[in-house]
Amino acid sequence: MKGLSVSKAVTALMLAGLVLLPLYSYLSGNIFILTLFTRIVILALAAASLNLIMGFGGMMSFGHAAYLGIGGYAVGMLAQEGVGSGFIQFPVALAASAIYALVIGALSLRTRGVYFIMITLAFAQMAYYVASGLARYGGDDGLTVYKRSDFSGLINLSNRTQFYYLCLACLFGVIFLIWRIVNSRFGLVVQGLRSNEQRMQAIGFPAKRYQLVCFVISGTMCGLAGALLANNTDFVSPAVMYWTRSGDLMVMVILGGMGTLFGPVMGAVVYLLLEEFLSQITEYWALIMGPLLLLIVLFGRGGIMGLLGRIGRG
Amino acid sequence: MAEPLLRVEKLVRRFGGIVATDHVSLDVAAGELHAIIGPNGAGKTTLISQLTGHLAPHAGSVSLAGRDITYLPAYRRCALGLARSFQITSLLLDFTAADNVALAAQAHAGTSFRFFANARKEKALRDAAHAALDRVGLAHRADVLVSKLSHGERRQIELAVALASKPKLLLLDEPMAGLGVTESQGMVRLLQELRKEVSIVLVEHDMPAVFALADRISVLVYGRVIASGDPDAIRANEDVKRAYLGEAHVVTRHG
Repeated sequence: MKGLSVSKAVTALMLAGLVLLPLYSYLSGNIFILTLFTRIVILALAAASLNLIMGFGGMMSFGHAAYLGIGGYAVGMLAQEGVGSGFIQFPVALAASAIYALVIGALSLRTRGVYFIMITLAFAQMAYYVASGLARYGGDDGLTVYKRSDFSGLINLSNRTQFYYLCLACLFGVIFLIWRIVNSRFGLVVQGLRSNEQRMQAIGFPAKRYQLVCFVISGTMCGLAGALLANNTDFVSPAVMYWTRSGDLMVMVILGGMGTLFGPVMGAVVYLLLEEFLSQITEYWALIMGPLLLLIVLFGRGGIMGLLGRIGRG
Repeated sequence: MAEPLLRVEKLVRRFGGIVATDHVSLDVAAGELHAIIGPNGAGKTTLISQLTGHLAPHAGSVSLAGRDITYLPAYRRCALGLARSFQITSLLLDFTAADNVALAAQAHAGTSFRFFANARKEKALRDAAHAALDRVGLAHRADVLVSKLSHGERRQIELAVALASKPKLLLLDEPMAGLGVTESQGMVRLLQELRKEVSIVLVEHDMPAVFALADRISVLVYGRVIASGDPDAIRANEDVKRAYLGEAHVVTRHG
């Protein structure tokens, strides 16, 4: 029980920090930290969505960054064509991600294990090359978003603080949804399938249908992160879909703790802060980051959340 | 004669050159406990897998209550009232006993495409799970993770899971496998209770148990049914004695 409370305390502390961050940024005059944390919150949202299929569903998708690109390009392309309203851009971003997830999921879920990892990776790389070939939308160089999504005065995305809180609200909203889903009938079936597919089939659950729906929910959530990311950087390029970005998301999930509600958020915060911090010290920051991650994964089974649980138990 | 609950006709399944199921035909009447015995490698599990839909036959047919189910997937058969236990325990190890059984109940209680309400607070499902666990005598272990349960307890959970789907026909693949003497006796008592409520196909190596429980026995050797009849007829059957001499000894020694 005490182990639970340690990880809970750290989680609560982290969440409080995220909520109060703009205040700190305002008081200290440090604008950079707000920009940095906006990016962290958005990628935490992407990691949380990946965790739904990877941690809870046992589906190791190695192509999750594709949704970041699809959501981002939906915003960027519509903006370029003169459709600046967020009320159109965001639903289109979500719908495009959902459709992509439906098609890719239907094909990928015919396979299992390593093949599933490889096929999701292959599709994401295809999306990457398709985006590179979009000459009208910048091709390789990417696409500048000259004007952020317009929500008719409801909220101003160009205001750093407002935009940060929008991203944070999206993150909390998605985590709330995941929490409900995981404990619902649907969520129990999906987790049951992760645990023992043969048994679930034998008691009467068609595996693929449930996994596909879960795959689509996860992809749609990540599409939201993509739409936010394009607004944050005022730019979208094929690079956001590159496989290393998918790998980053996986690392965040594993680092924080697969199959835990707040693990991916923790993972995103720690991973991106480390990256930021180490890259300031040395150009070869990856040389330190790599072994560090290795240690955490080797000795902290269950990621940071698992580690905190064990510290609590002593 | 009324339509049998389960009818298997001329079922054939080959693995390469080996005919694992060779024109097997058998009927299971409603309310019957039908045991399938045979030496190792006789094709018992292959047969069961074709009944549950985990393996497709090459020829022949399987029908449940008059309906052809030969090519239905496993989950559809389950919806029609066919439940199975596995020879090698197959449960959700990282779930509690109650969750394992409640999921089986959930599969037969409306759609599971519900995303918001907490399934663990659905009283009907929890009650069904508790009733099934109580039936196998494990109600007090409901909230323990299956990975923390003993082998014997897991065998009982297997049964509880099968029961929770309220089947018409229960396919039990060696429910006594790996159980100690007392545990086996407990299982026999339990099956004696259950057979009053549900028809059972029992695949089992434990001969004393089979002869104590079965209404009818079919003997499978090299994929063929060489004899089928009540326990006395099987005991007296010369073909069975010849094919089964090793284990016939076991019967006389223990029984």
